[in-house]
Amino acid sequence: MTAIPTQPRGRLLTEITRWPGSLKIGTVLFVLICLAGIFAPWLTPYGPNEQDLKNTLVAPSLAHPFGTDNFGRDVFARVLYGIRINLPFGIITTYVPMIYGVVLGALAGYWGGWFDAILMRILDVTVAFPFLVLIIVIVAILGPGIHNIYIAIFLTAWTMYARLARAEMLVERNKDYILAARTLGYGTGRIVFRHALPNVSNSSIIFSTSDFVLNIMLLSGLSFLGLGVAPPTPEWGAMIAEGRDFLFDAWWICTLPGLALVVTGTALCLIGDGLAQRLGERRHALV
Amino acid sequence: MNVVSFIASRLLQMVPVLIGVSIVVFLAIHMVPGDPVELMMHGRATPEGLAAARAELGLDQPLLVQYWNFISGAVVGDLGTSIVQKAPVSEVVGERILPTVLLLVMSSIFAIALALPLAIVSARRADQPIDHAIRLGGMIGFAMPPFWIGIVVMLTFGIWLDWFPISGYGRTFWAHVYHLVLPSFTVALFLAPILLQSLRAAILDVMTADYIEVARAKGLSERRILVKHALRNALIPVTTILAVNIGWLLSGAVVVEYLFSFPGLGSLLVRAAGQRDYAVIQGLSVTFAVLVLVVNLIADLACMAIDKRVARA
Repeated sequence: MTAIPTQPRGRLLTEITRWPGSLKIGTVLFVLICLAGIFAPWLTPYGPNEQDLKNTLVAPSLAHPFGTDNFGRDVFARVLYGIRINLPFGIITTYVPMIYGVVLGALAGYWGGWFDAILMRILDVTVAFPFLVLIIVIVAILGPGIHNIYIAIFLTAWTMYARLARAEMLVERNKDYILAARTLGYGTGRIVFRHALPNVSNSSIIFSTSDFVLNIMLLSGLSFLGLGVAPPTPEWGAMIAEGRDFLFDAWWICTLPGLALVVTGTALCLIGDGLAQRLGERRHALV
Repeated sequence: MNVVSFIASRLLQMVPVLIGVSIVVFLAIHMVPGDPVELMMHGRATPEGLAAARAELGLDQPLLVQYWNFISGAVVGDLGTSIVQKAPVSEVVGERILPTVLLLVMSSIFAIALALPLAIVSARRADQPIDHAIRLGGMIGFAMPPFWIGIVVMLTFGIWLDWFPISGYGRTFWAHVYHLVLPSFTVALFLAPILLQSLRAAILDVMTADYIEVARAKGLSERRILVKHALRNALIPVTTILAVNIGWLLSGAVVVEYLFSFPGLGSLLVRAAGQRDYAVIQGLSVTFAVLVLVVNLIADLACMAIDKRVARA
């Protein structure tokens, strides 16, 4: 995220001082969540699957800040360990498809012709399909489990990035610097990857923060539907699904893990909002 | 271009997309590792029984013939038979279309009712504290997963306050509406943040246009400018945004329907996925694709009705 291509080295601090407030707050929150995931064993005395059958369904208290569930497991500990499942999943499912989505979209926009035509037809088909429906269909066919969700997302998530990068490339390819690069005799690879890519990936970078939110929500949603991560794993959506049966007696089991999703998502949205402002300013400064 | 030929050309454009969707779904289902018939019979059937079931479903024929049977049936509304439900797929899917459409309509109304006033305030007071508060609220709303919103809404309005039913669908139209309040409110809370963000941008955009300056110069009040001039033009983006997000809306509806045990397409999909009822999954995929395409067509027609310039373009 910090790898903004035009940034000279050693100026990171001055760059940070220019960040809009939302970007600063979002980044701090996000880093705190990452640290909480990494240092989970030091932050709570309980293990994520440690059962205490004498203390089941205990309401939130000092000993158990988020209460305990029907097996007496500490909900706060499970939420903390859940970071280790949800965040890496979000990072991989967002940034891996982004790489090949942007590259395919940029190439389609630059080349046009048959490559562009085929890509656009594929995009048309995927757009006519609600994203979650497509993933549920793929997971239904391949069977539940986190690996099949990865496959389903890798198959579908790149399309939005391809669309964004292609649209920007259509504008960019007629600009003077591309013409200059072409006049200098540079090959397609060099022009597209070294010159155009930093300029056509801005909207994808901004979109990726929302996509990140959607992806962790998707994993939780699928786990909630029983198509994702299997129960004992402390995944946030699976925890919410398990807590649903105790909604009447123990509201904390399913509402508080959801709060973790909300906080993570808000941090990412703040980053996205700030990035949109900062990258927009940069663009105006360059033009 | 007149409306009839516009609709005709759009319907023609839908054909290749639908063929694409059907090929993808068909191939995906037929590339499943393991035999679907065996899976559905839980390994209890005799070899003769399996062969008979396969012949009954036409699964012993070549792939191309099977695809032709599927597509030629689908065109006349025959989507095959569900082995699990022991009923024609078109019947199983058909009776659930209306509830889902009703859910989508009510959610959209709720979402607009929520997002529009907030977007107006936010745009009018751009970059003031109230704008920042609304936008932060929007981000928090965006980060809330629909099933979680659903649980909180259920807990608050269904259990603690006990105002609305938390499951089922009812028998009469008004009973449907009554049962739909909580599910559609949940979907609306999930959709509103996106609408809010795009609407705010659209209103800000419109408010800097020349004709608004003219209206101001004429001495019209800000309220009148907003209601008479700006909102009318902001309606077009609202329609397009709703249409673009129909996939998003449906995704939210799937989870919410499941949560509220609502007899719609989404809960059917979840059940069919759990039972590996491939005939139903296949039929549902095509239904969802048609739904998305039809909604987009309606949105285009609505834009034409609001703005005659769109019709001429």
